[in-house]
Amino acid sequence: MSKAPHISIKGLSVSFKSRTGTVNALNNISLDIAPGSFFTIVGPSGCGKTTLLKVLSGVLQPSGGEVLFDGVAIDKNKVQGQVGYVFQRSLLLPWRNALDNVMLTMEVARRDMSRADREREARHWLNIAGLDGFEKRFPHELSGGMQQRVSICRALAFRPKVLLMDEPFAALDEITRETLQEELLRLWMQTETTVVFITHSIPEALLLSEQIAVMSARPGRVLERIEVPFPRPREEATRELPEFGAMAGHVRGLLRHRDPATAKAQ
Amino acid sequence: MYRVGVTVGQILVFLLFFAIWEGIVDFFRIKPVILPPPSRIAEVMWEQRALLLTNTWPTFVAISLGFIYAVVTGFVIAVGIAYSRIVRELTYPFLVTAQILPKIAFAPLFLIWFGFGLTPKIVIAALIAFFPVVINTAKGLSSVDTELLQYMDSLGASGWEKFTKISLPWAMPYFFAALKISITLAIVGAVVGEFVAAGEGLGYIINASNISLDTELMFAAIVAMSLLGIVLFLVIVAAERLFVNGVEENGGVQATM
Repeated sequence: MSKAPHISIKGLSVSFKSRTGTVNALNNISLDIAPGSFFTIVGPSGCGKTTLLKVLSGVLQPSGGEVLFDGVAIDKNKVQGQVGYVFQRSLLLPWRNALDNVMLTMEVARRDMSRADREREARHWLNIAGLDGFEKRFPHELSGGMQQRVSICRALAFRPKVLLMDEPFAALDEITRETLQEELLRLWMQTETTVVFITHSIPEALLLSEQIAVMSARPGRVLERIEVPFPRPREEATRELPEFGAMAGHVRGLLRHRDPATAKAQ
Repeated sequence: MYRVGVTVGQILVFLLFFAIWEGIVDFFRIKPVILPPPSRIAEVMWEQRALLLTNTWPTFVAISLGFIYAVVTGFVIAVGIAYSRIVRELTYPFLVTAQILPKIAFAPLFLIWFGFGLTPKIVIAALIAFFPVVINTAKGLSSVDTELLQYMDSLGASGWEKFTKISLPWAMPYFFAALKISITLAIVGAVVGEFVAAGEGLGYIINASNISLDTELMFAAIVAMSLLGIVLFLVIVAAERLFVNGVEENGGVQATM
């Protein structure tokens, strides 16, 4: 599989027409995301984070600016099949068991693979995610954490160059979330995939990423880009570092102080 | 253990119903022409088994063909409604209005249009079985999670792939909920067709024995009809078990009549 692309977002704006007028979801966003990196966008609810991911996945056309993968502007057809997507809800197909759910992405995006190869690959990912023995279970027979694991396996199984994750752990309990964060890092380090991760949890952003972009409330703008220096593997002890607390405080300050100002400006 | 107890209890309710029936007929010495006891109905069913069986076949054919026509056309129109705004906006008010009409009232008219025999039975059965299929299947196809469809888009799925891999299986619980309603309506339609425009079939036997005041035979035909209905309903339930996976009992889908 070819290497992950260098993603550059240039002056990206997205606005929707609603009954009450035009809503600016994203306003002049520019970001560079290095190939193979773990990039997190932190911001309050409604800052257009999800909109940004939808543009990156080619599902939504921007109203201004552009997104380049390795210098080439993406359009719907070029980006499709290159990006994996994990949502806050697992969005598994209830009529497919875990194995068949993981195979879905390969059926669509990797038509060159034989059925046997797809199944082998799907079993491989379920195995890495610790879901041995659950291949034939249907989603309603799995816990929320397991469903989300299957969803991550489904997104990774077709070996996308970019993995987009939209608050994937937000609906999970604390313990499950921490386990899955560690698992995600482990999975990511085994691939060359670029991860673009969205969260409103500051500790989650600091624990997982190499870089963070802090966004303001609607219309979403990038307030600051932060390099996260903590050595890998990061685990429980990383959260206890004094620098971790200081950095979390800084991000929290950004989000707190900019919010009322933005509200006033509107 | 609890499940077994409930099953035994459920069977007892049926037995109790027939026992009370038998007891009342016995106690009040009700004439068989008014209400025959269940034991007598069972006897008549055995005595008249050849007649009942030969007349079950045409009824079965009318129900099945009417049901199949209803399901096929209903499904095609539902796809049109779900995927085309024009089709949806133009046809929906008409369908909803037509659904409210008492379609059975048209039965004598179909005798004039289609003559005597199989055709009017099929038409009535198809006509009343059709609406639940259209409305529920369209509802199922339109209720597909849009994020799921966007997910398929991001993978580069074709329209056909989205339909076969997502929308169609998504709508299956709705479709089968509709089929269960439709099959019972198709039975009603076929019987009404046989009341007005047939020389054979269980509906015809019921009607004929009514005229000759043969209440015992009438009940025997009603029971045969009910058994046919139960068998057909169970066939749909079995098909549902086969085709609808991973959804808990009933899947929470409520069908519209």
